[in-house]
Amino acid sequence: MTLLHIAVMAGVTYLIRMLPMVLFRKKIENVYIKSFLFYVPYAVLGAMTFPAILYSTSSLYSAIAGTVVAVVLALKDKSLLTVAVSACLTVYVSEFILRLL
Amino acid sequence: MNEYTSVNSYKEGFKDGIPIGLGYLSVSFTFGMMAVNTGLPVWIAVLISMTNLTSAGQFAGIGLIAAGAPYIEMALTQMVINMRYALMSISLSQKTDSTFSLIHRLITSFGITDEVFAVASGKARDIGTKYMYGLITAPYLGWTAGTLLGAAASTILPESLCSALNIAIYGMFIAIITPPARRSKPVLYVVLLAVAISCILRYTPVLNLISGGFAIIICAVAASAAGALLFPVKEVAQ
Repeated sequence: MTLLHIAVMAGVTYLIRMLPMVLFRKKIENVYIKSFLFYVPYAVLGAMTFPAILYSTSSLYSAIAGTVVAVVLALKDKSLLTVAVSACLTVYVSEFILRLL
Repeated sequence: MNEYTSVNSYKEGFKDGIPIGLGYLSVSFTFGMMAVNTGLPVWIAVLISMTNLTSAGQFAGIGLIAAGAPYIEMALTQMVINMRYALMSISLSQKTDSTFSLIHRLITSFGITDEVFAVASGKARDIGTKYMYGLITAPYLGWTAGTLLGAAASTILPESLCSALNIAIYGMFIAIITPPARRSKPVLYVVLLAVAISCILRYTPVLNLISGGFAIIICAVAASAAGALLFPVKEVAQ
């Protein structure tokens, strides 16, 4: 039973990823479709990050602190790892401080 | 360097994938812990991660397995949550160079995750198969290892550390979208529009019943379509 559930899960997820990759083999020329696809990654990542990031930690305040640090460092063109680790550290430290208050 | 050649180095891909793999450790660790807590054995948790390689879909999946849900419900849930991959896959298909034959498309498409997609599409040039295999390696290992560790260790990590690690993935997303949004007004507007729609869907009664995966598709399609109509890009692969 469980294994069949996993097979269904994995099969559906794979088909969703594989079919477009196999079917869209030619370069799309239409400028609107090209522009649409150019914007998709930014729109997807923006929508996935906000507002979800605010609820990703155990306190709204620590999440806001982590978000602010991440945005400031990203504006300074810091690497992915630097931004991610700094956000984690900020959350850790701010939750430590919150517990002291 | 010739701007018309593609990026096709396994090493470069592997390096780009390391931060993703590290980020996945914490998320899959949580998944492993949760899977064992719902009553699944460790090896099943690892098997799910090795065959699915997706966060939201897996978290929903173990809930459905625990509830003994019908297979059709499992299929539909995965379809809605993961449909965003189809958008990413179409977008990536436009960035692949001539080394992507059918067999490589069949294999590498398995590794398209939110973060892999984000990094691959952030490359200035087209990408080759070697780069793609390199990029997928660390995330796949991190996702599998994290699940195994989380499932095996279950509760040794203090809660404060879990909480701090949860923000890692979002920090990465911010690092990916902020620099291009600062340099290009149209990208900035598209991001802000997507975020605005995302907040509306999250905080409006009734609309907040829409599942997370489906909400992301709505945001992405609406904001990207608005961007394409208002600011069509002449040379997308600049």
